[in-house]
Amino acid sequence: MTTDVDLTTAVSQQFPSALPRASLDCPAFNSSAAEVAAVLKYLRDAQGFDFLTDLTAIDWTAEKSPRFTVIWHLYSSEQHRYVRVAADCTSATEPVMPSVTGLWAGADWHERECYDMFGIIFTGHPDLRRILMWDGYPYFPLRKEFPLAGLPAALPDAEISAETGAGVIAAPMAGGPFVATPGQPMSAAEPRAKDEAWNEHSEKTV
Amino acid sequence: MATDFSYPDAAAKAAAVPKEFGPEKMSLSMGPSHPSTHGVLRIQFELDGEIVTKADPVIGYLHRGDEKIAENMTYNQFVPYTDRLDYIAPLANNMAYAIAVERLAKLEVPARCQAIRVLTAEMARVSSHLMGLGAFGIDVGAWTVFMYCFEEREKLYKLFEELTGARFTTSYSRIGGLARDVPEGWIQRVDAFTDQFLPILDEVLSLLSRNKIFLDRTVGVGVIGRADAIAYGLSGPNLRGSGVANDLRKDRPYSGYEQYEFDVPVGAQGDCYDRYLCRGEEMKQSIRIIRQIVKNFPRGDWYAPDARKIFAPPKEKILTSMEELINNFMIVTEGPQMPVGEVYFEAENPKGALGFYIVSKGGGVPYRMKIRSPSFCNLSILPKLCVGNLVSDVVAILGSLDFVMGECDR
Repeated sequence: MTTDVDLTTAVSQQFPSALPRASLDCPAFNSSAAEVAAVLKYLRDAQGFDFLTDLTAIDWTAEKSPRFTVIWHLYSSEQHRYVRVAADCTSATEPVMPSVTGLWAGADWHERECYDMFGIIFTGHPDLRRILMWDGYPYFPLRKEFPLAGLPAALPDAEISAETGAGVIAAPMAGGPFVATPGQPMSAAEPRAKDEAWNEHSEKTV
Repeated sequence: MATDFSYPDAAAKAAAVPKEFGPEKMSLSMGPSHPSTHGVLRIQFELDGEIVTKADPVIGYLHRGDEKIAENMTYNQFVPYTDRLDYIAPLANNMAYAIAVERLAKLEVPARCQAIRVLTAEMARVSSHLMGLGAFGIDVGAWTVFMYCFEEREKLYKLFEELTGARFTTSYSRIGGLARDVPEGWIQRVDAFTDQFLPILDEVLSLLSRNKIFLDRTVGVGVIGRADAIAYGLSGPNLRGSGVANDLRKDRPYSGYEQYEFDVPVGAQGDCYDRYLCRGEEMKQSIRIIRQIVKNFPRGDWYAPDARKIFAPPKEKILTSMEELINNFMIVTEGPQMPVGEVYFEAENPKGALGFYIVSKGGGVPYRMKIRSPSFCNLSILPKLCVGNLVSDVVAILGSLDFVMGECDR
């Protein structure tokens, strides 16, 4: 069984551009969008990480570049340990990442969810469509600029929308939930500070 | 008095049907409100007669944006939301979440706190498997099992209510401790429950294990091969039913699981029956763990006393000490203070490995929290698993996968 240090050296020998990533628990690597599929394949085939336990992304906000980082967590059922691999999307407006559905069939739904929530396109995915939200939903909800209350949108069924004139509305925030923002003064944690556009006394305009 | 009957050859008869009535694929939507989809799962089938030729699960009917909500509140405020992931076993979710955040803070809770958490998580496992077993029974036509299971489950819920104040939405964990200590005499009542439960469990399992109808519905149905189970990232009894002996309680012990003796049941075929057997045996193993905890229930603190910026001190201290009052105020308003960094923690929940990936920029609110839900991964195999089965077998397969949509959709 290789130790965590061995794994770090083995990966950096194989892939000189894959640098160790700061982590509080398991070994972690930063890779590039071009190389990450090869790194994951190497970890699966040569290092015995047979499970893709999780795949997700982080949005570092529109001001940051690179904006999106995709994260893979692999687990080895023999060595009982995890490894984390991260890769930045080069473009913030059209984030692209290679699909790993060829390595793990279970990546299918994970990548669909990641696309659904962040708008990251996984090239090579056989059927990349929304999974939790409905087809035709216009936003990517886990992006940082998407408000907690949500945004108004049309109903999934255009016919019902036209007939009833109803649509998806944003959640009323006045009075709760009690939310906080990291790094902001405590007064910003009060619910009324979150959504001034809409409360009991004035209609929401947007 | 034997009489000769001649049976017409079915194949020859089918071949004789005029070609203008050739087979036509039918499209069928099952769910989102259908008794055998256990919540709001919808599957869009393409059928050739009774045989499924294509299955497309449609999920997201219970999507509430838990990950978005988590980014907007302090760590302790999110505990009630974890109840609503796998709402059949909230205590296990509470524990998994608390440990994930404690890993971020590099905080170890005292032995008594760990023992209470393991105790409640194992009770949650029993209650979850009882629910899964009862519902599976109904799916394949065994009503009695459901009645037995719900009666036992009700006894567990009485104990949960006594401990946490709520039957379902327990919200029992806090970062660095628990909401409260166990009440007087509660441990003895848990012990009494285990004593009366084991014979009943045996009786319940004996209703199914050698039942001809149940065997016909489950043996050899919905077989998940070992390689498929790994490729789709299954976990929990669904993975172990396929012969992969993965159990995070054994492989990566947390919260003191290494102290307890228990076995990990593993299936051989990977069919619905094996998954049922795994769950049945797991309940017995959980009772074994519970009994070990009850026997050597640790004394001492039930929260981390030195985690001054993480765990709010108990009420009696707040009411008597100015310093504790200020400390409590800071933790409640600003949240437990966490270092910068990222962690990923998975716990072996009743449904499988529930993971939390937390990215912290410091302070009391996570920057990003991803919830890796076992039901989501377990259901992702459906498009492959359903094909070639009868629609009625799909009902048995769904029952055997034992998923919860609250966790799948988050």
